[in-house]
Amino acid sequence: MPGTKEIRAKITSVKNTQKITKAMQMVATSKMRRAQERMRAARPYAEKMRNVIGHLTQANPDYRSPYLQGRETVANVGIIVVSTDRGLAGGLNANVFKQTLFLMREWQAKGAGVKLCVVGAKGMAFFRRLDVPILAHVTHLGDRPHVKDLIGTVKVMLDAYRAGELDRLFLVNAEFVNTMTQKPSVTQLLPAQSLDTEALQEHWDYLYEPEAAQILDDLLMRYIESQVYRAAVENVASEMAARMVAMKAASDNAGKLIGEMQLIYNKARQAAITKELSEIVSGAAAV
Amino acid sequence: MAEPHTIQVDIVSAEGEIFSGRATMVVAPASQGDIGVAPRHAPLLSMLKPGEVRVHTPDGAEHFFFVGGGAIEVQPNKVTVLADTAMRAKDIDEAAALAAKQRAEEALKDRSGHITQAEALAELARAAAQLKIIARLRKMHS
Repeated sequence: MPGTKEIRAKITSVKNTQKITKAMQMVATSKMRRAQERMRAARPYAEKMRNVIGHLTQANPDYRSPYLQGRETVANVGIIVVSTDRGLAGGLNANVFKQTLFLMREWQAKGAGVKLCVVGAKGMAFFRRLDVPILAHVTHLGDRPHVKDLIGTVKVMLDAYRAGELDRLFLVNAEFVNTMTQKPSVTQLLPAQSLDTEALQEHWDYLYEPEAAQILDDLLMRYIESQVYRAAVENVASEMAARMVAMKAASDNAGKLIGEMQLIYNKARQAAITKELSEIVSGAAAV
Repeated sequence: MAEPHTIQVDIVSAEGEIFSGRATMVVAPASQGDIGVAPRHAPLLSMLKPGEVRVHTPDGAEHFFFVGGGAIEVQPNKVTVLADTAMRAKDIDEAAALAAKQRAEEALKDRSGHITQAEALAELARAAAQLKIIARLRKMHS
C-alpha cells in the first residue's frame, strides 16, 4: 500500500498540532476572563482619582500644575506603546504598531520629534529597527501586570515631560471592545485632559497636608500611572481574546485538514484492497 | 444618609477595590502623623505614609488595611482612601526609572539581533522537547 503510511503519519502530526492549538485556545479563554475582571477592578480607583483631582483643581484655580498646563509649541512628543510579550495573537500587535507609526508620522510632519517608551517584548523587537529614541522599556509583566512594575517606566516619561524634553505624552494600546474585536486606541496622557468634574455644586476648600501643589502633582502622577496600568491590563485581555480567536481558527483549519487527509487515506486504502481483490480473483480465474 | 453617626468609607487601589462601607471612625497614617476621622470631619486632603488604615464599623468591629502610601480625601460624609499597591519612596522610584532606562539602552545597543536569534533558538529547543514528550506519552498509551 504505497502512500497510506505517509498519509497516516501526516494525519497524526496535524492532530498533535491541533491538540496544542486547542489547549492554547482554552488557556487563553480562561486568562481572558481573569484579565477582564482585573480591568473592571481598576475602574473605581480611576474614577475616584478623577473626582479628587477635579475637586482639587476647582479649589485651587491659581495653581497651575505642569501636568495640566498645555504648551503652545510642541517640539517633542512622547508615546508609550503597550504591546504583548508573546506572539500567536493574530494581528493584535501589528495593528497597535501601525497606529503608533501613524501617530508618529502625524507629529513628524508637524516638525516634532518623537520619543518612545515601549512596554512588551514584541514592541521592542519592532521599534528598535526604527531610528527613534526609546527612553524606557519594560517587558515580562506577565498575565497579571502590577503597578509597581510600571512606576519606573512611567516616571522616565513624566520626568522628561517636566524637564521640557517632551511637550505631549500619548498612550497607545489595544482596546478591548469585545471578544471578537480589539482595536488600537490612542489616549493623550499629558497635558491631562477631561478632568473637569460634572458641575460641582458645593464649593469647599480642603485642609492640606502638605501643601496643595505637592498633593496635586503627586495625585496626577498616580493618576497617569493608573492609566498606564489600565492600558497594560486591557492589553492582556485583548491579547488573550486575540489569541483565543487565532487558535480557534487554527484548530478549525487543522480539523478540516485532517478530514481531507482522512478522505484521501480511505480512498488509497480502498484502492489497495480493490487491487488486491482483483488480483486474487484474476489469479483464481487463471487456474 | 443611612445613619447620622456614620461615614461612607471607600478604600481603593489601582488594582482593585479594597473596602467599601460605613464606619463610625477611620484612622489613617497621614504624612504628618496619624489622623482620626469621625463623621462630619472638615474637608481634608492628605498624602499617606505606608502603614495601616483602621476602620471602625458600626457593628463594633475594627478592620485593618495595610497601605503602601497613597492619599486620603475627607468630605463631611465621605472618606476616600486612594491606596498605593507598591511601596513608594523617592529613591525607590528613582531606581526603578533608572532600571527602565537601562533596559531600553541595552535592548537598543544590541542591534545585531542576537537576542531575537537566541530567543528563537530557545523557543525551538522548547518546542522540540515538548514534541518529544508528546511522542513518549503517545507511545506509553498505545
